[in-house]
Amino acid sequence: MLNITDKNLLDRISDFSSIPVGASYNIRKNGQGVERSTNEKVLITNKTDKPGIDITVLPETKGEKIYIPVIITEEGVSDKVYNDFYIGENADVTIIAGCGIHNSGCNESRHEGIHRFFIGKNARVVYIEKHYGEGEGTGEKILNPETAVYMEENSVCEMESVQIKGVDSTKRNTVAKLGKNAKFIVTERLMTHGKQIADSDMTIELNGEGASAQIISRSVAKDESKQVFYPKAVGNAPCSAHVQCDSIIMDNAGIRSIPEIAANHAEAAIIHEAAIGRINNEQLLKLMTFGMTPEEAEEIIIQGFLN
Amino acid sequence: MLEVKNIGFTVENENGGGSLEIIEDVSFTLEDGKFLVITGPNGGGKSTLARLIMGIEKPTKGEILYNGTDITNLSITERAKLGIGYAFQQPPRFKGLTVRKLLSLAHGSDLPENECCSYLTRVGLCSMDYLNREVDTSLSGGEVKRIEIATLMARNLGLAIYDEPEAGIDLWSFSMLVQSFRDIAAERNESVMIISHQERIMQLADDILVIADGKIRSFGTKEEILPTLLGEFDSKCSLRGDGNA
Repeated sequence: MLNITDKNLLDRISDFSSIPVGASYNIRKNGQGVERSTNEKVLITNKTDKPGIDITVLPETKGEKIYIPVIITEEGVSDKVYNDFYIGENADVTIIAGCGIHNSGCNESRHEGIHRFFIGKNARVVYIEKHYGEGEGTGEKILNPETAVYMEENSVCEMESVQIKGVDSTKRNTVAKLGKNAKFIVTERLMTHGKQIADSDMTIELNGEGASAQIISRSVAKDESKQVFYPKAVGNAPCSAHVQCDSIIMDNAGIRSIPEIAANHAEAAIIHEAAIGRINNEQLLKLMTFGMTPEEAEEIIIQGFLN
Repeated sequence: MLEVKNIGFTVENENGGGSLEIIEDVSFTLEDGKFLVITGPNGGGKSTLARLIMGIEKPTKGEILYNGTDITNLSITERAKLGIGYAFQQPPRFKGLTVRKLLSLAHGSDLPENECCSYLTRVGLCSMDYLNREVDTSLSGGEVKRIEIATLMARNLGLAIYDEPEAGIDLWSFSMLVQSFRDIAAERNESVMIISHQERIMQLADDILVIADGKIRSFGTKEEILPTLLGEFDSKCSLRGDGNA
Protein backbone atom coordinates (compact mmCIF):
# COMPACT_ATOMS: atom_id res chain seq x y z
CA MET A 1 0.00 0.00 0.00
CA LEU A 2 1.16 3.50 -0.74
CA ASN A 3 1.10 6.09 2.05
CA ILE A 4 1.27 9.89 1.88
CA THR A 5 5.10 10.02 1.83
CA ASP A 6 5.11 7.49 -0.99
CA LYS A 7 2.59 9.45 -2.99
CA ASN A 8 4.44 12.73 -2.46
CA LEU A 9 7.68 11.14 -3.61
CA LEU A 10 5.97 9.61 -6.62
CA ASP A 11 4.51 12.97 -7.54
CA ARG A 12 7.92 14.60 -7.26
CA ILE A 13 9.51 12.22 -9.68
CA SER A 14 6.73 11.22 -12.05
CA ASP A 15 3.59 13.38 -11.63
CA PHE A 16 2.08 10.15 -10.46
CA SER A 17 -1.27 11.56 -9.41
CA SER A 18 -1.96 12.48 -13.01
CA ILE A 19 -1.40 9.02 -14.51
CA PRO A 20 -4.06 8.56 -17.17
CA VAL A 21 -6.57 5.77 -16.68
CA GLY A 22 -5.48 2.66 -18.55
CA ALA A 23 -1.79 3.62 -18.69
CA SER A 24 0.81 0.97 -17.94
CA TYR A 25 2.84 1.38 -14.81
CA ASN A 26 5.06 -0.42 -12.38
CA ILE A 27 5.89 1.00 -8.96
CA ARG A 28 8.87 -0.29 -7.07
CA LYS A 29 9.26 0.50 -3.38
CA ASN A 30 12.19 -0.43 -1.14
CA GLY A 31 13.38 -3.07 -3.56
CA GLN A 32 10.01 -4.70 -4.26
CA GLY A 33 7.43 -4.26 -6.99
CA VAL A 34 4.29 -3.00 -5.22
CA GLU A 35 1.81 -2.03 -7.92
CA ARG A 36 1.52 -2.77 -11.60
CA SER A 37 -0.89 -2.19 -14.41
CA THR A 38 -0.46 -3.26 -18.00
CA ASN A 39 -2.54 -3.09 -21.13
CA GLU A 40 -2.68 -4.92 -24.44
CA LYS A 41 0.03 -2.74 -26.03
CA VAL A 42 2.56 -2.58 -23.23
CA LEU A 43 3.62 -5.73 -21.40
CA ILE A 44 5.50 -5.63 -18.12
CA THR A 45 6.94 -8.88 -16.79
CA ASN A 46 9.34 -9.78 -14.01
CA LYS A 47 12.81 -10.94 -14.86
CA THR A 48 13.46 -14.48 -13.74
CA ASP A 49 17.22 -14.38 -13.29
CA LYS A 50 17.67 -11.08 -11.42
CA PRO A 51 15.61 -8.26 -9.92
CA GLY A 52 13.90 -6.11 -12.50
CA ILE A 53 11.35 -6.08 -15.27
CA ASP A 54 11.06 -6.36 -19.02
CA ILE A 55 8.87 -3.76 -20.63
CA THR A 56 7.75 -4.68 -24.10
CA VAL A 57 6.02 -2.13 -26.29
CA LEU A 58 4.35 -3.80 -29.23
CA PRO A 59 5.07 -2.55 -32.76
CA GLU A 60 2.86 0.30 -34.02
CA THR A 61 1.90 1.37 -30.47
CA LYS A 62 1.30 5.12 -30.53
CA GLY A 63 0.85 7.71 -27.81
CA GLU A 64 1.18 5.42 -24.77
CA LYS A 65 2.70 6.73 -21.57
CA ILE A 66 4.46 4.21 -19.39
CA TYR A 67 5.33 4.98 -15.75
CA ILE A 68 8.05 3.07 -13.91
CA PRO A 69 8.89 5.04 -10.77
CA VAL A 70 11.06 3.74 -7.96
CA ILE A 71 10.88 4.97 -4.39
CA ILE A 72 12.95 4.22 -1.32
CA THR A 73 11.51 5.27 2.00
CA GLU A 74 13.60 3.24 4.44
CA GLU A 75 17.16 3.78 5.52
CA GLY A 76 19.80 1.18 4.77
CA VAL A 77 18.14 -0.05 1.56
CA SER A 78 20.43 -0.95 -1.30
CA ASP A 79 18.38 -1.66 -4.38
CA LYS A 80 19.86 -2.73 -7.70
CA VAL A 81 17.39 -3.32 -10.48
CA TYR A 82 17.70 -4.34 -14.12
CA ASN A 83 15.03 -3.00 -16.44
CA ASP A 84 14.98 -3.72 -20.16
CA PHE A 85 12.78 -1.88 -22.62
CA TYR A 86 11.94 -3.45 -25.97
CA ILE A 87 10.31 -0.88 -28.21
CA GLY A 88 8.65 -2.35 -31.28
CA GLU A 89 8.95 -0.98 -34.81
CA ASN A 90 7.03 2.23 -35.56
CA ALA A 91 6.00 2.65 -31.94
CA ASP A 92 5.88 6.13 -30.43
CA VAL A 93 5.81 6.17 -26.63
CA THR A 94 6.79 8.19 -23.58
CA ILE A 95 8.40 6.50 -20.60
CA ILE A 96 8.39 8.33 -17.31
CA ALA A 97 10.88 6.90 -14.87
CA GLY A 98 12.53 8.38 -11.83
CA CYS A 99 13.72 7.61 -8.38
CA GLY A 100 12.81 9.31 -5.13
CA ILE A 101 14.50 8.58 -1.83
CA HIS A 102 13.14 9.62 1.54
CA ASN A 103 15.76 8.84 4.14
CA SER A 104 15.09 9.90 7.72
CA GLY A 105 17.71 7.61 9.22
CA CYS A 106 21.45 7.61 9.53
CA ASN A 107 22.27 4.74 7.19
CA GLU A 108 22.61 5.27 3.46
CA SER A 109 19.87 4.42 0.97
CA ARG A 110 20.99 3.51 -2.50
CA HIS A 111 19.35 2.77 -5.82
CA GLU A 112 21.14 1.53 -8.88
CA GLY A 113 18.92 1.35 -11.94
CA ILE A 114 20.48 -0.53 -14.84
CA HIS A 115 18.36 0.27 -17.87
CA ARG A 116 18.70 -0.99 -21.41
CA PHE A 117 16.64 0.25 -24.34
CA PHE A 118 16.29 -1.67 -27.58
CA ILE A 119 14.55 0.70 -29.96
CA GLY A 120 13.19 -0.81 -33.15
CA LYS A 121 13.10 0.64 -36.65
CA ASN A 122 11.24 3.95 -37.03
CA ALA A 123 10.27 3.91 -33.37
CA ARG A 124 10.38 6.97 -31.16
CA VAL A 125 10.86 7.04 -27.42
CA VAL A 126 10.73 9.95 -25.06
CA TYR A 127 12.34 8.95 -21.76
CA ILE A 128 12.01 11.25 -18.78
CA GLU A 129 13.86 10.47 -15.58
CA LYS A 130 13.79 12.57 -12.42
CA HIS A 131 15.92 12.00 -9.38
CA TYR A 132 15.06 13.43 -6.02
CA GLY A 133 16.10 12.96 -2.41
CA GLU A 134 14.59 14.17 0.84
CA GLY A 135 14.51 13.36 4.53
CA GLU A 136 16.08 14.91 7.59
CA GLY A 137 18.35 11.96 8.46
CA THR A 138 22.10 11.93 8.03
CA GLY A 139 21.98 8.76 5.93
CA GLU A 140 23.22 9.43 2.41
CA LYS A 141 20.89 9.21 -0.58
CA ILE A 142 22.75 7.64 -3.46
CA LEU A 143 21.57 7.12 -7.02
CA ASN A 144 23.72 5.44 -9.63
CA PRO A 145 21.86 4.93 -12.90
CA GLU A 146 23.35 3.07 -15.82
CA THR A 147 21.64 3.41 -19.15
CA ALA A 148 22.36 1.76 -22.47
CA VAL A 149 20.43 2.63 -25.63
CA TYR A 150 20.56 0.56 -28.81
CA MET A 151 18.93 2.32 -31.72
CA GLU A 152 17.92 0.78 -35.01
CA GLU A 153 17.39 2.50 -38.36
CA ASN A 154 15.40 5.76 -38.27
CA SER A 155 14.65 5.47 -34.59
CA VAL A 156 14.52 8.50 -32.32
CA CYS A 157 15.26 8.70 -28.62
CA GLU A 158 14.81 11.84 -26.57
CA MET A 159 16.16 11.34 -23.11
CA GLU A 160 15.75 13.87 -20.38
CA SER A 161 17.26 13.40 -16.97
CA VAL A 162 16.77 15.81 -14.13
CA GLN A 163 18.29 15.84 -10.68
CA ILE A 164 17.34 18.96 -8.86
CA LYS A 165 17.56 18.29 -5.18
CA GLY A 166 18.59 16.14 -2.31
CA VAL A 167 20.73 13.41 -3.87
CA ASP A 168 24.02 13.18 -1.99
CA SER A 169 25.95 11.21 -4.50
CA THR A 170 25.26 10.18 -8.05
CA LYS A 171 27.30 8.41 -10.64
CA ARG A 172 25.60 8.19 -14.00
CA ASN A 173 26.74 6.19 -16.93
CA THR A 174 25.03 6.44 -20.28
CA VAL A 175 25.94 4.62 -23.47
CA ALA A 176 24.12 4.91 -26.79
CA LYS A 177 24.78 3.13 -30.08
CA LEU A 178 23.07 4.65 -33.08
CA GLY A 179 22.19 2.90 -36.30
CA LYS A 180 21.42 4.40 -39.72
CA ASN A 181 19.57 7.73 -39.51
CA ALA A 182 18.95 7.24 -35.80
CA LYS A 183 18.58 10.38 -33.76
CA PHE A 184 19.50 10.68 -30.10
CA ILE A 185 18.88 13.78 -28.03
CA VAL A 186 19.91 13.71 -24.42
CA THR A 187 19.38 16.55 -22.00
CA GLU A 188 20.83 16.36 -18.54
CA ARG A 189 19.89 18.92 -15.93
CA LEU A 190 21.53 18.84 -12.59
CA MET A 191 21.78 20.91 -9.47
CA THR A 192 24.01 20.00 -6.57
CA HIS A 193 24.28 21.65 -3.18
CA GLY A 194 25.83 21.04 0.23
CA LYS A 195 28.60 18.50 -0.09
CA GLN A 196 26.97 16.54 -2.91
CA ILE A 197 28.93 14.80 -5.60
CA ALA A 198 27.72 14.15 -9.14
CA ASP A 199 29.58 12.32 -11.82
CA SER A 200 28.27 11.76 -15.32
CA ASP A 201 29.89 9.69 -18.04
CA MET A 202 28.31 9.44 -21.42
CA THR A 203 29.45 7.71 -24.57
CA ILE A 204 27.50 8.10 -27.77
CA GLU A 205 28.60 6.01 -30.74
CA LEU A 206 27.23 7.08 -34.09
CA ASN A 207 27.62 3.93 -36.15
CA GLY A 208 25.10 4.33 -38.97
CA GLU A 209 25.06 6.70 -41.92
CA GLY A 210 22.96 9.79 -41.19
CA ALA A 211 22.93 9.23 -37.44
CA SER A 212 22.76 12.36 -35.32
CA ALA A 213 23.12 13.15 -31.65
CA GLN A 214 22.69 16.14 -29.47
CA ILE A 215 24.04 16.06 -25.93
CA ILE A 216 22.99 18.96 -23.76
CA SER A 217 24.14 19.26 -20.19
CA ARG A 218 23.08 22.12 -17.95
CA SER A 219 24.16 22.18 -14.36
CA VAL A 220 24.36 24.38 -11.31
CA ALA A 221 26.80 23.64 -8.52
CA LYS A 222 26.27 25.38 -5.18
CA ASP A 223 27.95 25.36 -1.76
CA GLU A 224 30.77 22.82 -1.56
CA SER A 225 29.37 20.42 -4.16
CA LYS A 226 31.41 18.80 -6.90
CA GLN A 227 30.43 17.82 -10.44
CA VAL A 228 32.31 16.00 -13.18
CA PHE A 229 31.04 15.60 -16.74
CA TYR A 230 32.57 13.38 -19.32
CA PRO A 231 30.45 13.34 -22.46
CA LYS A 232 32.01 11.58 -25.39
CA ALA A 233 30.72 11.47 -28.97
CA VAL A 234 32.29 9.06 -31.44
CA GLY A 235 31.47 9.29 -35.14
CA ASN A 236 32.06 6.03 -36.98
CA ALA A 237 30.02 6.92 -40.10
CA PRO A 238 28.82 10.00 -42.00
CA CYS A 239 26.99 11.56 -39.06
CA SER A 240 26.63 14.67 -36.96
CA ALA A 241 26.81 15.30 -33.24
CA HIS A 242 26.76 18.32 -31.01
CA VAL A 243 27.88 18.28 -27.38
CA GLN A 244 27.03 21.26 -25.26
CA CYS A 245 27.94 21.50 -21.57
CA ASP A 246 26.99 24.61 -19.68
CA SER A 247 27.47 25.09 -15.97
CA ILE A 248 26.85 27.78 -13.42
CA ILE A 249 29.26 27.66 -10.52
CA MET A 250 28.51 29.26 -7.16
CA ASP A 251 29.98 29.54 -3.66
CA ASN A 252 32.85 27.09 -3.14
CA ALA A 253 31.70 24.46 -5.60
CA GLY A 254 33.87 22.70 -8.17
CA ILE A 255 33.02 21.59 -11.71
CA ARG A 256 35.04 19.66 -14.22
CA SER A 257 33.77 19.34 -17.75
CA ILE A 258 35.73 17.12 -20.10
CA PRO A 259 33.92 16.72 -23.41
CA GLU A 260 35.56 14.37 -25.87
CA ILE A 261 34.80 14.14 -29.56
CA ALA A 262 36.20 11.54 -31.88
CA ALA A 263 35.74 10.86 -35.59
CA ASN A 264 36.61 7.66 -37.39
CA HIS A 265 35.02 8.70 -40.66
CA ALA A 266 35.86 11.68 -42.89
CA GLU A 267 32.21 12.68 -43.10
CA ALA A 268 31.58 12.74 -39.39
CA ALA A 269 30.87 16.28 -38.18
CA ILE A 270 31.16 16.56 -34.43
CA ILE A 271 31.18 19.73 -32.38
CA HIS A 272 31.54 20.40 -28.71
CA GLU A 273 31.03 23.48 -26.62
CA ALA A 274 31.65 23.73 -22.92
CA ALA A 275 31.37 26.65 -20.55
CA ILE A 276 31.56 27.13 -16.80
CA GLY A 277 30.89 30.49 -15.23
CA ARG A 278 29.15 32.24 -12.44
CA ILE A 279 25.85 34.08 -12.83
CA ASN A 280 26.31 37.13 -14.97
CA ASN A 281 25.99 40.32 -12.95
CA GLU A 282 24.05 42.10 -15.70
CA GLN A 283 21.42 39.34 -15.58
CA LEU A 284 20.97 39.94 -11.85
CA LEU A 285 20.77 43.71 -12.38
CA LYS A 286 18.20 43.31 -15.14
CA LEU A 287 15.89 41.21 -12.98
CA MET A 288 16.39 43.56 -10.05
CA THR A 289 15.11 46.39 -12.26
CA PHE A 290 11.88 44.34 -12.41
CA GLY A 291 11.64 44.68 -8.62
CA MET A 292 13.22 41.38 -7.59
CA THR A 293 15.68 41.06 -4.73
CA PRO A 294 19.14 39.72 -5.68
CA GLU A 295 18.16 36.36 -4.13
CA GLU A 296 14.92 36.16 -6.12
CA ALA A 297 16.77 37.12 -9.29
CA GLU A 298 19.36 34.40 -8.69
CA GLU A 299 16.63 31.82 -8.19
CA ILE A 300 14.90 32.80 -11.44
CA ILE A 301 18.16 32.64 -13.39
CA ILE A 302 18.93 29.17 -12.03
CA GLN A 303 15.40 27.90 -12.61
CA GLY A 304 15.42 29.24 -16.17
CA PHE A 305 18.86 27.80 -16.84
CA LEU A 306 17.78 24.37 -15.63
CA ASN A 307 14.33 24.95 -17.11
CA MET B 1 8.29 63.86 -10.67
CA LEU B 2 11.99 63.14 -10.78
CA GLU B 3 14.32 65.68 -9.23
CA VAL B 4 18.03 65.26 -9.70
CA LYS B 5 19.90 67.62 -7.39
CA ASN B 6 23.59 68.38 -7.78
CA ILE B 7 24.60 64.79 -8.26
CA GLY B 8 28.17 63.80 -8.81
CA PHE B 9 29.80 60.46 -9.45
CA THR B 10 33.50 59.94 -8.94
CA VAL B 11 35.46 56.73 -9.35
CA GLU B 12 38.96 55.91 -8.21
CA ASN B 13 41.45 55.72 -11.04
CA GLU B 14 42.43 52.13 -11.71
CA ASN B 15 46.16 52.81 -11.77
CA GLY B 16 45.98 54.58 -8.46
CA GLY B 17 46.38 58.05 -9.95
CA GLY B 18 43.66 59.87 -8.04
CA SER B 19 40.01 59.94 -8.92
CA LEU B 20 37.96 60.50 -12.06
CA GLU B 21 34.80 62.57 -12.14
CA ILE B 22 32.25 60.92 -14.44
CA ILE B 23 29.29 63.10 -13.47
CA GLU B 24 29.74 66.56 -12.04
CA ASP B 25 27.05 68.62 -10.34
CA VAL B 26 24.11 67.61 -12.54
CA SER B 27 20.66 68.95 -11.66
CA PHE B 28 17.41 68.77 -13.58
CA THR B 29 13.73 67.98 -13.12
CA LEU B 30 11.49 65.66 -15.11
CA GLU B 31 7.80 66.43 -14.66
CA ASP B 32 5.19 63.65 -14.67
CA GLY B 33 4.20 62.49 -18.11
CA LYS B 34 6.99 64.40 -19.82
CA PHE B 35 9.31 63.01 -22.46
CA LEU B 36 12.99 63.84 -21.92
CA VAL B 37 15.75 63.02 -24.37
CA ILE B 38 19.31 62.98 -23.07
CA THR B 39 21.94 63.39 -25.74
CA GLY B 40 25.57 64.34 -26.08
CA PRO B 41 28.91 62.94 -27.18
CA ASN B 42 29.93 59.37 -26.41
CA GLY B 43 31.66 59.02 -23.08
CA GLY B 44 29.99 62.18 -21.78
CA GLY B 45 28.17 60.45 -18.91
CA LYS B 46 24.67 59.80 -20.32
CA SER B 47 24.49 56.11 -19.45
CA THR B 48 26.07 56.73 -16.06
CA LEU B 49 23.37 59.29 -15.32
CA ALA B 50 20.67 56.75 -16.25
CA ARG B 51 22.32 54.08 -14.09
CA LEU B 52 22.51 56.52 -11.18
CA ILE B 53 18.78 57.14 -11.44
CA MET B 54 18.00 53.41 -11.60
CA GLY B 55 20.32 52.77 -8.63
CA ILE B 56 22.79 50.57 -10.50
CA GLU B 57 25.42 53.07 -9.47
CA LYS B 58 25.26 55.26 -6.35
CA PRO B 59 26.13 58.95 -6.61
CA THR B 60 29.07 60.19 -4.60
CA LYS B 61 27.39 63.59 -4.21
CA GLY B 62 23.92 65.09 -4.36
CA GLU B 63 20.49 63.55 -4.13
CA ILE B 64 17.74 62.08 -6.29
CA LEU B 65 14.07 62.56 -5.41
CA TYR B 66 11.24 60.64 -6.98
CA ASN B 67 7.72 61.85 -6.27
CA GLY B 68 9.09 63.73 -3.30
CA THR B 69 10.86 60.70 -1.78
CA ASP B 70 14.63 60.73 -1.43
CA ILE B 71 15.70 57.61 -3.34
CA THR B 72 19.44 58.36 -3.33
CA ASN B 73 20.23 55.46 -1.04
CA LEU B 74 17.52 53.05 -2.19
CA SER B 75 18.48 49.81 -3.92
CA ILE B 76 17.62 48.96 -7.53
CA THR B 77 14.86 46.65 -6.25
CA GLU B 78 13.31 49.37 -4.11
CA ARG B 79 13.40 51.90 -6.94
CA ALA B 80 11.87 49.35 -9.31
CA LYS B 81 9.04 48.83 -6.84
CA LEU B 82 8.43 52.58 -6.82
CA GLY B 83 7.82 52.37 -10.58
CA ILE B 84 11.18 53.13 -12.18
CA GLY B 85 12.23 50.95 -15.11
CA TYR B 86 15.40 50.79 -17.16
CA ALA B 87 16.05 49.34 -20.60
CA PHE B 88 19.72 48.41 -20.87
CA GLN B 89 21.88 49.61 -23.72
CA GLN B 90 23.27 46.09 -24.01
CA PRO B 91 20.60 43.83 -22.53
CA PRO B 92 21.81 40.59 -20.98
CA ARG B 93 20.63 37.27 -22.43
CA PHE B 94 19.14 34.49 -20.38
CA LYS B 95 19.62 30.83 -21.22
CA GLY B 96 16.39 28.97 -20.67
CA LEU B 97 14.12 31.97 -20.15
CA THR B 98 11.56 32.41 -22.88
CA VAL B 99 10.44 35.78 -24.18
CA ARG B 100 7.03 35.15 -22.67
CA LYS B 101 8.53 34.34 -19.27
CA LEU B 102 10.72 37.42 -19.35
CA LEU B 103 7.74 39.64 -20.18
CA SER B 104 5.76 38.00 -17.36
CA LEU B 105 8.63 38.57 -14.93
CA ALA B 106 8.71 42.21 -15.99
CA HIS B 107 4.95 42.48 -15.53
CA GLY B 108 5.14 40.86 -12.10
CA SER B 109 2.64 38.09 -12.87
CA ASP B 110 1.81 35.71 -15.67
CA LEU B 111 1.04 37.82 -18.72
CA PRO B 112 -1.72 36.59 -21.03
CA GLU B 113 -0.60 35.58 -24.49
CA ASN B 114 -2.53 38.33 -26.25
CA GLU B 115 -0.87 41.00 -24.10
CA CYS B 116 2.59 39.57 -24.73
CA CYS B 117 1.80 39.57 -28.43
CA SER B 118 0.64 43.13 -28.41
CA TYR B 119 3.89 44.34 -26.77
CA LEU B 120 6.01 42.34 -29.20
CA THR B 121 4.08 43.64 -32.18
CA ARG B 122 4.65 47.17 -30.99
CA VAL B 123 8.40 46.66 -31.05
CA GLY B 124 8.20 45.18 -34.53
CA LEU B 125 8.49 41.49 -33.72
CA CYS B 126 6.10 38.93 -35.11
CA SER B 127 4.83 37.74 -31.78
CA MET B 128 3.98 34.10 -32.42
CA ASP B 129 7.51 33.46 -33.66
CA TYR B 130 9.04 34.84 -30.50
CA LEU B 131 6.85 34.01 -27.51
CA ASN B 132 8.46 30.65 -26.79
CA ARG B 133 11.94 31.47 -27.96
CA GLU B 134 14.64 31.71 -25.37
CA VAL B 135 16.28 35.08 -24.79
CA ASP B 136 19.69 33.60 -25.52
CA THR B 137 22.41 33.97 -28.12
CA SER B 138 20.11 32.61 -30.84
CA LEU B 139 18.51 36.07 -30.97
CA SER B 140 20.22 38.88 -32.84
CA GLY B 141 21.31 42.05 -31.09
CA GLY B 142 18.41 43.97 -32.63
CA GLU B 143 15.89 41.36 -31.49
CA VAL B 144 17.19 41.43 -27.93
CA LYS B 145 17.00 45.23 -27.92
CA ARG B 146 13.40 45.15 -29.04
CA ILE B 147 12.47 42.56 -26.42
CA GLU B 148 14.17 44.77 -23.86
CA ILE B 149 11.91 47.65 -24.85
CA ALA B 150 8.89 45.34 -24.65
CA THR B 151 9.81 44.42 -21.07
CA LEU B 152 9.41 48.06 -20.09
CA MET B 153 6.06 48.25 -21.89
CA ALA B 154 4.92 45.21 -19.90
CA ARG B 155 5.52 47.05 -16.63
CA ASN B 156 3.36 49.62 -15.01
CA LEU B 157 5.87 52.41 -14.65
CA GLY B 158 5.98 55.96 -13.46
CA LEU B 159 9.37 56.55 -15.04
CA ALA B 160 10.78 54.56 -17.96
CA ILE B 161 14.44 55.01 -18.84
CA TYR B 162 15.70 53.77 -22.22
CA ASP B 163 19.42 53.71 -22.91
CA GLU B 164 19.97 54.13 -26.66
CA PRO B 165 16.99 52.01 -27.71
CA GLU B 166 17.81 52.53 -31.37
CA ALA B 167 21.30 50.99 -31.17
CA GLY B 168 21.47 47.85 -33.31
CA ILE B 169 18.01 48.31 -34.78
CA ASP B 170 17.70 48.64 -38.55
CA LEU B 171 16.22 51.73 -40.09
CA TRP B 172 12.95 50.05 -41.10
CA SER B 173 12.28 48.84 -37.59
CA PHE B 174 13.43 52.14 -36.24
CA SER B 175 10.43 53.96 -37.78
CA MET B 176 8.14 51.52 -36.04
CA LEU B 177 9.97 52.04 -32.80
CA VAL B 178 9.65 55.80 -33.09
CA GLN B 179 5.92 55.29 -33.55
CA SER B 180 5.81 53.08 -30.45
CA PHE B 181 7.53 55.74 -28.37
CA ARG B 182 5.12 58.31 -29.77
CA ASP B 183 2.22 56.08 -28.67
CA ILE B 184 3.75 55.52 -25.24
CA ALA B 185 4.11 59.25 -24.80
CA ALA B 186 0.52 59.86 -25.90
CA GLU B 187 -1.26 57.00 -24.10
CA ARG B 188 0.53 56.62 -20.84
CA ASN B 189 1.11 59.03 -18.10
CA GLU B 190 4.56 57.70 -17.45
CA SER B 191 7.56 59.94 -17.66
CA VAL B 192 10.02 58.82 -20.29
CA MET B 193 13.74 59.40 -20.33
CA ILE B 194 15.52 58.29 -23.49
CA ILE B 195 19.21 58.44 -24.17
CA SER B 196 19.50 58.90 -27.90
CA HIS B 197 21.46 60.42 -30.73
CA GLN B 198 18.59 60.25 -33.19
CA GLU B 199 16.93 63.41 -34.36
CA ARG B 200 13.62 61.58 -34.90
CA ILE B 201 13.56 60.59 -31.26
CA MET B 202 14.53 64.09 -30.20
CA GLN B 203 11.57 65.33 -32.22
CA LEU B 204 9.31 63.43 -29.78
CA ALA B 205 10.77 65.14 -26.73
CA ASP B 206 9.25 67.74 -24.52
CA ASP B 207 12.66 68.53 -23.11
CA ILE B 208 16.23 67.87 -24.18
CA LEU B 209 19.24 67.59 -21.91
CA VAL B 210 22.70 67.73 -23.47
CA ILE B 211 25.51 66.18 -21.45
CA ALA B 212 29.20 66.43 -22.24
CA ASP B 213 32.23 65.73 -20.06
CA GLY B 214 29.93 64.77 -17.20
CA LYS B 215 28.28 68.18 -17.07
CA ILE B 216 25.06 69.63 -18.39
CA ARG B 217 25.87 71.62 -21.48
CA SER B 218 22.31 72.69 -22.12
CA PHE B 219 18.84 71.84 -20.87
CA GLY B 220 15.53 73.18 -22.09
CA THR B 221 12.50 72.52 -24.21
CA LYS B 222 12.87 70.82 -27.56
CA GLU B 223 12.11 74.13 -29.24
CA GLU B 224 14.93 75.80 -27.36
CA ILE B 225 17.57 73.10 -27.70
CA LEU B 226 17.01 71.18 -30.92
CA PRO B 227 17.62 73.98 -33.47
CA THR B 228 20.96 74.77 -31.84
CA LEU B 229 21.91 71.11 -31.76
CA LEU B 230 21.00 70.58 -35.40
CA GLY B 231 22.89 73.73 -36.37
CA GLU B 232 25.91 72.38 -34.52
CA PHE B 233 25.69 69.05 -36.36
CA ASP B 234 25.33 70.81 -39.72
CA SER B 235 28.40 72.89 -39.17
CA LYS B 236 30.45 69.83 -38.17
CA CYS B 237 29.25 67.41 -40.84
CA SER B 238 29.71 68.67 -44.34
CA LEU B 239 28.18 66.57 -47.07
CA ARG B 240 31.26 67.24 -49.16
CA GLY B 241 33.28 65.38 -46.58
CA ASP B 242 35.58 68.29 -45.76
CA GLY B 243 34.14 68.86 -42.30
CA ASN B 244 35.89 68.00 -39.11
CA ALA B 245 33.26 65.60 -37.66
